[in-house]
Amino acid sequence: MKPSFSHWLGLFSIILGVFAWELIVRLSGLPRFILPSPLDVWMRLLKSLADGSLLYHTSITLLEITLGLAVGVTFATLLGYMLAKSRSLEKVLSPYLVASQAIPVVAIAPLLVIWLGHGIISKVVICALIVFFPVLVNTVVGVRAVPPALYDMMHSLRASRWQVMSKLEVPASLPVLLGGLRIGATLSVIGAIVGELVDAKEGLGFLLKVGDFQYDTSMVFVAVIMLVALALALYGIVTLLEKRFLKWQHTPS
Amino acid sequence: MTAKPILTVKNLSVIFPDSNGGLHALDDISFEVHSRDFICFLGPSGSGKTTLLRIIAGLLQPSSGQVSFVDNLQPKIGMVFQQAHLMPWRTVMDNIKLPLELEGMDESQARIKAQEMIELVGLNGFEDSWPRDLSGGMAQRVGIARSLVHDPDLLLLDEPFASLDALTRERMWVELSRIWQVKQKTVIMVTHSINESLFLADDVLVLTQRPGKIKLEVKVDLPRPRNDDIRYTSHFGKLARKLRGAIE
Repeated sequence: MKPSFSHWLGLFSIILGVFAWELIVRLSGLPRFILPSPLDVWMRLLKSLADGSLLYHTSITLLEITLGLAVGVTFATLLGYMLAKSRSLEKVLSPYLVASQAIPVVAIAPLLVIWLGHGIISKVVICALIVFFPVLVNTVVGVRAVPPALYDMMHSLRASRWQVMSKLEVPASLPVLLGGLRIGATLSVIGAIVGELVDAKEGLGFLLKVGDFQYDTSMVFVAVIMLVALALALYGIVTLLEKRFLKWQHTPS
Repeated sequence: MTAKPILTVKNLSVIFPDSNGGLHALDDISFEVHSRDFICFLGPSGSGKTTLLRIIAGLLQPSSGQVSFVDNLQPKIGMVFQQAHLMPWRTVMDNIKLPLELEGMDESQARIKAQEMIELVGLNGFEDSWPRDLSGGMAQRVGIARSLVHDPDLLLLDEPFASLDALTRERMWVELSRIWQVKQKTVIMVTHSINESLFLADDVLVLTQRPGKIKLEVKVDLPRPRNDDIRYTSHFGKLARKLRGAIE
């Protein structure tokens, strides 16, 4: 009973928000190219769906995000594992890692586009970079937090290095790792858009820019809504992963 | 007792390096363990009991002295810790069959063996429970089952019931005594409880405060199987007094 009620509450809040939006448009009398009404945006959404452009650009952005996440998460977990195991490696690399975090990705995005071209590769790399750090930090924290007693237990059973990793370290650090992925997943959307805004011929960021140039403000709204939808979907996937792999943490069955 | 000892420890010493010349944890420990012995090291905290077990388990290297197993083979070891140390992401069943997985036994066979252990420690019906839903005593039963499932040559018990309440602890003594009778394992236990050592062991070795040395060896000639009543006999009391006198 309770969860379904709160579901309705969420929906109710969205409906209320749309009404408020409509009300503001009507009362303020602002022109469409400054603030389109919900209906304008809805019509624009249908139109861009009908001509296939929305799905096409969304799919490009989604591809960049997926590849960027895959690359970023792979490198971050591998390096994170090594850092967790070796204090000296951490000492050598941490100045660079911390420095890299002091530079906003937005600032180096143009550089990456110059170096890697305006195709999707530069966006994938930006995406991967932005995802990298939170996943790396969480991997290090997660692996370091494995209880020493469980290492003793594994070693007393003569477990191999690989077994210690696959049967102890990975499952033990998974909750923290998925926490990092949760942050990374939403950041990856930002990464892709930042890349596309710098220079692109396709993708939702490109759509945003086109809308901007042509005073097609409804289009900008549509693109933003799609971005939000992507971020929510990714977040939802991570939540599903947590439900699937961390069921031992949640309410007793 | 004429057979070759399965474990011989000779002149074992352990010094942990620290800022002022090293912490002397164990000093010149020598003893032998024969097959099916139940040996107990009794000592106050800081007598290096756990260190001794960790060395036997191969988790730690001694500073000097030797630990040698019969025929120089590394024995299969089962270990029970002060806390159950279960993997919270594994069910009771999966925790118990972990040692078998590490040995590469196939899944169906491992489940059968683990199921036997679950029955031995009386956890029927809890196969699919998560560790967080278990009481301390139940968790420790899982720990014991896990330590036995792969049929180890040597069972090491590190104050296995220290974290349990008194009543549960005493019930677990009876349980462990019964399991030991069934499985006929060689056991080395460390504890600071005189009652626990007398109730369970054949042989009690008293360790001194740091650095731990063997101060006294007491043969426990109480009949088996042992039950609660044995703790109220005069002989038990006599042995207890002797041990108490040896612990400073």
